[in-house]
Amino acid sequence: MILIRGYPEYMRESIANVEATRAARLKQTFSAMSLAERDEVLNKFHPDYKPEGKRRLKIGQSTDEGFPHELANLLEAHPLVQPGDVDLKQVDYDVDILIIGGGGAGTVAALWAIREGISPDRILITTKLRHGDANSMMAQGGIQAADRANDSPLHHYLDAIGGGHFTNKPDLVKAMVMDGPKIIKWHQELGVMYDREKDGTFVERHGGGTSRMRMHSAKDYTGMEIMRVLRDEARNLKVPVQEFTPAVELITDDKDQVAGAVLYNLETSQYFVCRAKSTILATGGYGRLHIQAFPTTNHYGATADGLVLAYHVGARLRDMDSVQYHPTGAAFPEPLVGLLCTEKLRSMGAQPVNKDGHAFVYPLEPRDVESAAFLRECYGKKLGIETLTGLQGVWLDTPMIELISGEGAIWKNLAAMARQFKRFGVDMVKDPILVCPTLHYQNGGVEIDPTGATMDIKGLFAGGEVTGGVHGKNRLMGNSLLDYNVFGMRAGIAAAKHAKKAHVGKLTLNHVKGYERMLKEAGIVTDRKAPMVLPEYRGTAALSRALDLDL
Amino acid sequence: MTEETIREAKQEVLGTITIYIMGKGYEVPSGLTIMSAIEYAGYKFVRSCGCRAGFCGACATVYRKETEHKLTFTLACQTLAEEGMYLVQLPFVPAAKSIYDLDKIELVGNTILEHYPEIARCVSCNTCTKSCPQDIEVMKYIQAALRGDAARCAQLSFDCIQCGLCAMRCPADIKHYHVAQMARRLYAKFLAPKTPQLDVRNKELEDGKFDKELDRYEKLDKKELVALYKARDHEEGDSS
Repeated sequence: MILIRGYPEYMRESIANVEATRAARLKQTFSAMSLAERDEVLNKFHPDYKPEGKRRLKIGQSTDEGFPHELANLLEAHPLVQPGDVDLKQVDYDVDILIIGGGGAGTVAALWAIREGISPDRILITTKLRHGDANSMMAQGGIQAADRANDSPLHHYLDAIGGGHFTNKPDLVKAMVMDGPKIIKWHQELGVMYDREKDGTFVERHGGGTSRMRMHSAKDYTGMEIMRVLRDEARNLKVPVQEFTPAVELITDDKDQVAGAVLYNLETSQYFVCRAKSTILATGGYGRLHIQAFPTTNHYGATADGLVLAYHVGARLRDMDSVQYHPTGAAFPEPLVGLLCTEKLRSMGAQPVNKDGHAFVYPLEPRDVESAAFLRECYGKKLGIETLTGLQGVWLDTPMIELISGEGAIWKNLAAMARQFKRFGVDMVKDPILVCPTLHYQNGGVEIDPTGATMDIKGLFAGGEVTGGVHGKNRLMGNSLLDYNVFGMRAGIAAAKHAKKAHVGKLTLNHVKGYERMLKEAGIVTDRKAPMVLPEYRGTAALSRALDLDL
Repeated sequence: MTEETIREAKQEVLGTITIYIMGKGYEVPSGLTIMSAIEYAGYKFVRSCGCRAGFCGACATVYRKETEHKLTFTLACQTLAEEGMYLVQLPFVPAAKSIYDLDKIELVGNTILEHYPEIARCVSCNTCTKSCPQDIEVMKYIQAALRGDAARCAQLSFDCIQCGLCAMRCPADIKHYHVAQMARRLYAKFLAPKTPQLDVRNKELEDGKFDKELDRYEKLDKKELVALYKARDHEEGDSS
């Protein structure tokens, strides 16, 4: 296979079309869709709107609601840990606050619980990989906060709730937009290196669906920059962290409160009992379930564990029928398939273009609409470009960025992206990149109130991607980094307040027994077990000959 | 190119190569990243696998090819597996960071040097730079830190993913990536210019300037919200 500057010959022919129209497209603006046009393209082409992609859940608080099969399979499954497996009488960790998940939300929760008066040694963060291994680390484009003079929380509120198709939980949206500038100020004090003009003004751009430019960024490493500062601060404060030790089941007490979790050392197989007055779920999302077989931008550990744990103790999950597909996942070269190509590329002027070189959509529609428009171009109009492995993609015309912002703009602002493609032979400064929708974000999740407490489950708090409500059925760019900071903070504060007055009773796994009963009554017969903890990517040849010997 | 030739091209891609995982040989399809090739061979990662996209530094990998004397440093998720690679991954880097309280630090003298005195032992061998999978000028930022230039150190080190390869190679036992982390925080907190507008907005929020209107928004029904949403004016301008 001969590649010409990273692309096979047939793709080069299409790139010639893109180059031929570039000068004309620079002067055009493609108009945004009306709400009616958005509905039409969503209904016909968005994966969420395909009825065969989901089923009605048979058990639990969200019975009869539509869930993607891949998630329903984990909820209609036996809990991994059964009451007879563990001895709850021996408590290994006895803390005020157990934080499950060492990503953004969990780390923020720890920092604010400490500010609320909890001593760091009364906190435990437990996480399945390393501290900071999370989708938070991978967010590129930016964080929204309405801090400019021509902007306001009111504008931010409307953008978020309209982007979410008016299905968001209003009190959560209000909390998020009101806390935005406070979070940026907190980050400034912690020493987060945001992009600024020479006079100190933040560089702020549009994201899909924003009416004001309020996207703060740190090059295209925004998530990484925030996460590594938060982690550094947690290390300065000596917050205890157990790595490679996921929580595999929550523990309840005889007063039906959540009272900690069963932890599991992935390397030694030893379990630990953690008793906690407050427990915070900060486990992130579910991209690694590969819903409807989509590739994903997500972290290795994004396997919906928190949703499963919460559901076992009777929490309600909301908006689970809606999955965020990011319009611009890489479609080529093969090793990059599914990885995120930040929305900032389009914020800075890169246009989506079909195989004939024509623009076909406003570049900054809300993500679900933009994705559906890409799928329409590929599968409805047959104007996509097929890759060597049969994926369909459209061009994102990245060379336009430098025509608009000047030579060097890509490496200055989008080094992560440019580096990623360069590693596999594609120069995005000179050539467009091929993109297709990729599974990006769990819009819904465990329902919380504005304090970060779960509904009706005493002792259980949650923040970040594991929660549902604030984004409704579609999240806007830059609202996830803000979400995990705002609700991580609020959950940390609420958990601290709760821990100061809570009394934990006798530890039990009665909820697991109850869950097994529900499975039986619903007639669910299955070998499936959950949570998943890590996805399976071993080769089929090796797996088919795997032998489980007790050595 | 016809569909037939595309199919032929796919066939060509599907050759196999032999890689050596900690010395053991495995035949794997070509065109996979090192990470996917190791998985194909039958390994399930617990360590040495994180974001799978080049942002987290979990999959720092060292290899040497059969026929080469040179040791190469890379990220397993960001590099194609090639014939004859002898691979080993670095699951953990023992490198303690300095503990500090940013609110109590005063920027007098060389704060970074105080916390990381070993940077003075830098022998300018540039091994750190050569081992960086992000192509960062690691030695240059250590030299900047040594001069007390936190701003320069912060700028040069910004793309660091903290994989730790630099610290594992350094003959002077410098923990470069922790040094850089401190420099960036110092720069952003104390040296970067600030805008008064952020405090203006936070004061407005504290004073409840938007409370009444936002309380009203919170109670609107969908129809009223849709009307407000449609009536929004859109600020022009997409780039910096």
